[in-house]
Amino acid sequence: MKSKRLEIEQVASFLRDGMTLMAGGFMGNGTPPRLIQAVLDSGVKDLTMIVDDTAFLDATKGPEGIGLLVRNKRIKKLITGHIGLNKEAQRQMITGEMEIELNPIGTLAERIRAAGSGLGGVLTPTGVGTLVADYKQDITINGQKFDQKQTININGRDFLLETPLTAELALLEAVKSDKFGNLVYYRTMRNHNPLMALAAQTVIVEAHEVVEIGEIDPDHVMTPGILIDHIVFPA
Amino acid sequence: MTQQMSAKEFIARRIALELKDGDAVNLGIGLPTLVPNYLPADVKLTLHSENGFLGIGPVPENIPPVGKPRVVNAGGNPTSILPHGSTFDISMSFALMRGGHLDAAVLGGMQVSEEGDLANWMVPGKNVPGMGGAMDLAVGAKQLIVAMEHTANGEKKLLKKCTLPLTVKGRVATVVTEKALFHFHDGKMVLEEYAPGVTVEEIRAETEAAFTVSENLKEMVISQVGL
Repeated sequence: MKSKRLEIEQVASFLRDGMTLMAGGFMGNGTPPRLIQAVLDSGVKDLTMIVDDTAFLDATKGPEGIGLLVRNKRIKKLITGHIGLNKEAQRQMITGEMEIELNPIGTLAERIRAAGSGLGGVLTPTGVGTLVADYKQDITINGQKFDQKQTININGRDFLLETPLTAELALLEAVKSDKFGNLVYYRTMRNHNPLMALAAQTVIVEAHEVVEIGEIDPDHVMTPGILIDHIVFPA
Repeated sequence: MTQQMSAKEFIARRIALELKDGDAVNLGIGLPTLVPNYLPADVKLTLHSENGFLGIGPVPENIPPVGKPRVVNAGGNPTSILPHGSTFDISMSFALMRGGHLDAAVLGGMQVSEEGDLANWMVPGKNVPGMGGAMDLAVGAKQLIVAMEHTANGEKKLLKKCTLPLTVKGRVATVVTEKALFHFHDGKMVLEEYAPGVTVEEIRAETEAAFTVSENLKEMVISQVGL
């Protein structure tokens, strides 16, 4: 079987200006730090980034997550659920330096899951009657064009039609991978990682530990290895 | 209200009596996180953390450094998981919230309307942190309890219509302030309890929202844990 091992220096070959990236993590917990550093070091810019949040600006409080790319102005558009603990992200949103689309986190997760699961979209009650329902969105339904998110009433209850979110590249963090890419996450570091493993054309995982095939019990695999294209081994 | 007790503590003490033994509950940031301090000894909750686990435990004595595998809460701060807890991905975590599997959610509030709308996630032009999990939680929890002070710097917070952007429409079940407890029945706001020493007239004067007074109106009783 072809090796999935990728050296951190090779990550740059997957990156280009203007591409769409997604990265796992929740408040930086479960965001692959070496892969994000590699994105920064590659010099790419104008990224569209799909991520739960922008984590901490103060590194003494917690990991910076993709905040590293915000601070260095590599992101053109951020599709996210929360930027509240990163004043720089808020500042860039207010000045218009960075376009930010705020999603309820459950909606963000289901849009990613929909893309990875082959679904055409999801219907959620979350956000009905709020600003989220008023978002601009180009969508064609049954041949009719709309420029706004659509509210659909089904059997008497209103739902928002949310479209799938996919990316060219997903960057994941796992506490353990075998050489096939079967992944195990630790506690709260799982978060969006398993969903994003399904939703991008290419998937790279940064693993804290890489073990031989067969060392992870199939019942304990949280993301099947067929979804993982490349594994960055521990430094 | 006891003289030296803060409004926030008073509210948290009342909500501590609203939750039942065995309930699965999500507590929002701020005031709601005070509630577990005042739970009666025979009430054990399973607390949900939206970043992907059930069974929030105490802050551990030895916290692994940033960069090492660790357990964090929804605010990204180190915490622990109780023995009966479980971990899962965000899709499962929000299925628990949106899908009606949590018995209660306690959220802070900026404004609540007489129709049970809640606004608590942004102040346009001032603070736009993102809604995070608040909208999913508010739309799906079996009982949405709002914990907030009755007024803010003299401004009324219980309104006919919220003026701030909504978190959810028509889902608030209970509002607890340092002056009153209201329930919402079929979209109507009902005063159920008043804080000791507070009159219904005083509550009316500080409430823009239209409400009726319950036939069973009573004085509020709060948890006495630690007093």
